[in-house]
Amino acid sequence: MSRTNTKLNLQANSWVVRIFLSLFIVIMAIFILGPLFWLAIRAFVTGWTFPNLLPDGLTLRWWKVIAGDDSLLQAIKNSLLISPIVVAISAAICLPAAYSFSRYEFFGRKTFIIGIFAANAFPKIGLYASIATLFYAMNLMGTVLGVIIIQVLGTVIFMTWIPAAAFGAVPRNLEDAARDAGASKFRVFRDITLRLAMPGILVALVMSFLAAFDEAQGTYLVGVPTIYTMPTKMYALVLNYPVQISAVFSLLLAIPSVILISLARKQIIGGQLAEGFQIK
Amino acid sequence: MATSADSVGLELIGLNKILGGRTIIENLDLSVKKGEMVSLLGPSGCGKTTTLRMIAGFLIPDAGKVILAGTDVTTLGPDKRPSAMVFQNYALWPHMSVFKNVAYPLKIRKLAKDEIERRVHDALSLVNLMHHKDSRPSQISGGEQQRVALARALVQEPDILLLDEPLSNLDAKLRVKVREDIRDLQRRLGITTVIVTHDQDEALSISDRIAVMNDGRIEQFSTPQALYDQPATEYVANFIGSLNRFEGSFEDGRVQSGDNIVGIRPEDVYFSSHQQPGSHPATVELVVPRGHFFEVYLNSNDHKIRSFMSSEIPQVGATGFVRISKALIYKDGKLVKVA
Repeated sequence: MSRTNTKLNLQANSWVVRIFLSLFIVIMAIFILGPLFWLAIRAFVTGWTFPNLLPDGLTLRWWKVIAGDDSLLQAIKNSLLISPIVVAISAAICLPAAYSFSRYEFFGRKTFIIGIFAANAFPKIGLYASIATLFYAMNLMGTVLGVIIIQVLGTVIFMTWIPAAAFGAVPRNLEDAARDAGASKFRVFRDITLRLAMPGILVALVMSFLAAFDEAQGTYLVGVPTIYTMPTKMYALVLNYPVQISAVFSLLLAIPSVILISLARKQIIGGQLAEGFQIK
Repeated sequence: MATSADSVGLELIGLNKILGGRTIIENLDLSVKKGEMVSLLGPSGCGKTTTLRMIAGFLIPDAGKVILAGTDVTTLGPDKRPSAMVFQNYALWPHMSVFKNVAYPLKIRKLAKDEIERRVHDALSLVNLMHHKDSRPSQISGGEQQRVALARALVQEPDILLLDEPLSNLDAKLRVKVREDIRDLQRRLGITTVIVTHDQDEALSISDRIAVMNDGRIEQFSTPQALYDQPATEYVANFIGSLNRFEGSFEDGRVQSGDNIVGIRPEDVYFSSHQQPGSHPATVELVVPRGHFFEVYLNSNDHKIRSFMSSEIPQVGATGFVRISKALIYKDGKLVKVA
């Protein structure tokens, strides 16, 4: 008798849990996807004002406006050009640093690692303001180079910390085994270390790209009014254009992120990380 | 050198190594014949792995020489030495198939594709793993991974094969089988082999000779039988097999007062209810079954002594006579007499 009771209780419990869980998922979905949905609709409608439940009508007008607006197209071009350059420069500087952090003991190693973190721990705008004075002195304000430098700064933490952990996770004896098999130090790095750290490096590249692509504060401070990227153009759009234009621009801004994350997801979950580092 | 150069597989001369301010290896000499299988045996921290890593080239000795097959390789890196190592955790590359793991050393040597194909095929057949050539290391069992590691070493046709605790990650049953396989392969290929182990059973069963190491030095280097019958130092006597250890002297078939160390193997202690020449009264205090033999704790003249017996096991409390057929006498840790 008592056993059936517990069973019933458990069943009742699981029903309650299920209902709450479903409710939670629905609320989260509305919370996360709702605004995106609203945005997506906005990009294709003529107007949609408060008492109306449905939009007034469908149109591609806003997309045409963007396609015909040179300043907006220039911002898109700038973004697509600058972000990859930023990622490449960041990788060239940070990946060797990450390798050193994970493999060598040197004076000030800890301080450097913490220092990289500390630069991200304070409000960036203060950092940017002081960099701006420096940039004025060096004539970097309003230049592409200035924007690139400011965006590289924002990617440093991703490009050092994640790859450093990835390099650190490569078992040493796998490298030793390759040396023993006759591989030179460079060959060991290329065939074993870099190859096994690749999932972490890919994550760092994606994160850095997104960080650079979405960077607005520093880019605005350094680049405006000569250089606009997509995020900094958003400021102007929100203030000076119909709301639907912002919606279209937001969707455009989201495309690279969505593509990159879905690509990375396939690479990382289905690929090398799944095989794991079972052999230590 | 007393031996001619081409019969020596490996020669270590006066090796010294200091790591982290601590002397790990001190003035170590070792000469391994061509085709011989030698164990470096000792507890963890005795320097056996350091020695192996100096032979492989991962560590460069602070003093001394490493001579492989007649060539001084002391300062060469591991990629330049004619040695191949099997690592403790196999160290297979997880991103390569079994075939590619074994082919990698040959790829580096820039061999022709069909030559690589043939040699990898031979090596994998040798360890019976052709059917797994396309598997990833994570998809095969520990024993199979171990054989892949062995194939990867053998495919290089090294002058010397180095094994670092190759069996320690296998379960007990498999360990015995794999060690026999390794020994069989080593004999067939006639390859000079150095194996590092802390397991005396393993060392005794597969080595031609064993170097027992302690504190960065070789205590004794001889055949398994000699090591067991005539351990040169008290340390070796304690480390290999079991030992009854007394302070005193050994006279008239029993331990008397004295200032030497007397070591008696439990196998050399016999208990019987009948008095024989050279036997002394004893009482049985404890009998512990150990599977195929019994461990019998005796008390004779206030000396507690263990005996291994396999038949006519006495009862606890029984009285009789103990006879000791052999005793090892040590003075200052060194063997002075076998009585």
